[in-house]
Amino acid sequence: MARAVTTQRKIITTAAAWTIGLLIFFPIYWTILTSFKTEAQAINDPPLFFAFDWTLENYAVVQERSDYMKFLWNSVIIAGGSTILGILVAIPAAWSMAFVPSKRTKDILLWMLSTKMLPAVGVLYPISLIFVEFNLLDTRGGLMVVLMLINLPIIVWMLYTYFKEIPGEILEAARMDGATLKEELLYVLTPMAIPGIASTVLLNFILAWNEAFWTLNLTAANAAPLTAFIASYSSPEGLFFAKLSAASTMAIAPILILGWFSQKQLVRGLTFGAVK
Amino acid sequence: MATKASRSAARMMMAPAVVLLLGWMLVPLIMTLWFSFTKYLPLRGDSIERGLDWVGFSNYSRFISSSSFWPSIQTTLIMVGGVLLITVVLGILLAMLLDQPMWGQGVVRILVIAPFFVMPTVSALVWKNMLMDPVNGIFSHLWRFFGAEPVAWLQDASLSSIVLIVSWQWLPFATLILLTAIQSLDSEQLEAAEMDGAPALKRFWFIVLPHLARAITIVILIQTIFLLSIFAEIFVTTGGAFGTRTLTYLIFQRVIDSQNIGLGSAGGVYAIILANIVAIFLMRIVGKNLDT
Repeated sequence: MARAVTTQRKIITTAAAWTIGLLIFFPIYWTILTSFKTEAQAINDPPLFFAFDWTLENYAVVQERSDYMKFLWNSVIIAGGSTILGILVAIPAAWSMAFVPSKRTKDILLWMLSTKMLPAVGVLYPISLIFVEFNLLDTRGGLMVVLMLINLPIIVWMLYTYFKEIPGEILEAARMDGATLKEELLYVLTPMAIPGIASTVLLNFILAWNEAFWTLNLTAANAAPLTAFIASYSSPEGLFFAKLSAASTMAIAPILILGWFSQKQLVRGLTFGAVK
Repeated sequence: MATKASRSAARMMMAPAVVLLLGWMLVPLIMTLWFSFTKYLPLRGDSIERGLDWVGFSNYSRFISSSSFWPSIQTTLIMVGGVLLITVVLGILLAMLLDQPMWGQGVVRILVIAPFFVMPTVSALVWKNMLMDPVNGIFSHLWRFFGAEPVAWLQDASLSSIVLIVSWQWLPFATLILLTAIQSLDSEQLEAAEMDGAPALKRFWFIVLPHLARAITIVILIQTIFLLSIFAEIFVTTGGAFGTRTLTYLIFQRVIDSQNIGLGSAGGVYAIILANIVAIFLMRIVGKNLDT
């Protein structure tokens, strides 16, 4: 028996939820809006919400002054590369744990998770030493490997929970019908696994894109991604709100869009399947 | 179903992930442990090649007895505790609100989740300048509009300001998970209680809250692990000044700014122990869930 909801009550909830939603979103909205203002308008008192001359100048200045595209490219390569590497290593592992579980599978999964809990600052110096030793400091390859390793437990876990949901009977049925191992993998398992793999890729790309400990500490001029680029704005020079906004908007826009697609998988990925 | 051959194949498939993670965990950990028992000041010419002097536990006792240790623990606890309190309480309320029927639910959900996807350096800088700047920030405009003196947030209320920024980043996470948990609540149970005349507060206390207990625990544990290592938000706002130096930041300063690797490594070992205490509880819950 569904409860009838009065229209009056629905109006109140709607108003309350929208007010809170807009309030939470406000800093992002304000950043995007300010990025289209001139520097003078950006600090105008009272704040300008509508009546200002829209300009794209800030975006051009940010690119020109700091070669924004280079940082963007570094972010894409590092986040993308670490995700691909992670997926390649994780798929076979998650696959075998889901389909050929042994007594130790659970322990291995939990142990993998525990490596995620090691505080990064505790191993900062050893990692920097290793980076210096192998000439990895300020290289995209080095960062790619580190981000792959810190996200690997989440990738394995997410894939494991997805693979677990593929019913084993389907595989047996395919085998009964005379499917070879290759056919089984290619035509039965892969199509069923692709949605799970796609969500995993998405979430880990986001996590790698936003990672801000190793990217700040292991890069300088060459391999710095957007996280480090934005941090360089922390020492202001003159009027810079509009330019900061333009740089920030460019750094978060692609991820906001990807994030909205991945919100459903977020819960599963970040609670290691404990909340579904 | 599994044969001996498929078992060894399975082990082979697992090997790369296991070996990589084992190396990633053990190599730096052993180095940190080793450094923590030595005098290691690279700027004074100490290096691994020349051999490090063994100093026993003196780094450990020096780290704890330094005047900045206990304040850093206090700051860490306030920051983690404050953010947890705000995100869990507001997260429960928000999740209950979002669970109600309304117009445009999908859009509100997107608005609420958005901060989680903003990279930490961006959220910290946007809050620091666009909102909290004492001259040109939105808050200062607002304060002046009401005739009040604008506040220099990150100097005079530095710790609360960072708690606010970090809470804004993590509220979406708590809300999303609690919302998922609330949606699995059997609505008939609530309706039955309502017909029996149980007031809203009692229904919340005796039905909703117990149902959410597990999700709340998970939110607290996972957030604690991430919050203990908050870095970028402090790095770009106060740089550890004005009483915002957490344990993580103190270790970072010992290692990077003062280049005292032995001392910093001892601090790192403390941080690892602290994180592991939290981790044990989280693992128990996650592990239990694996059996079902």
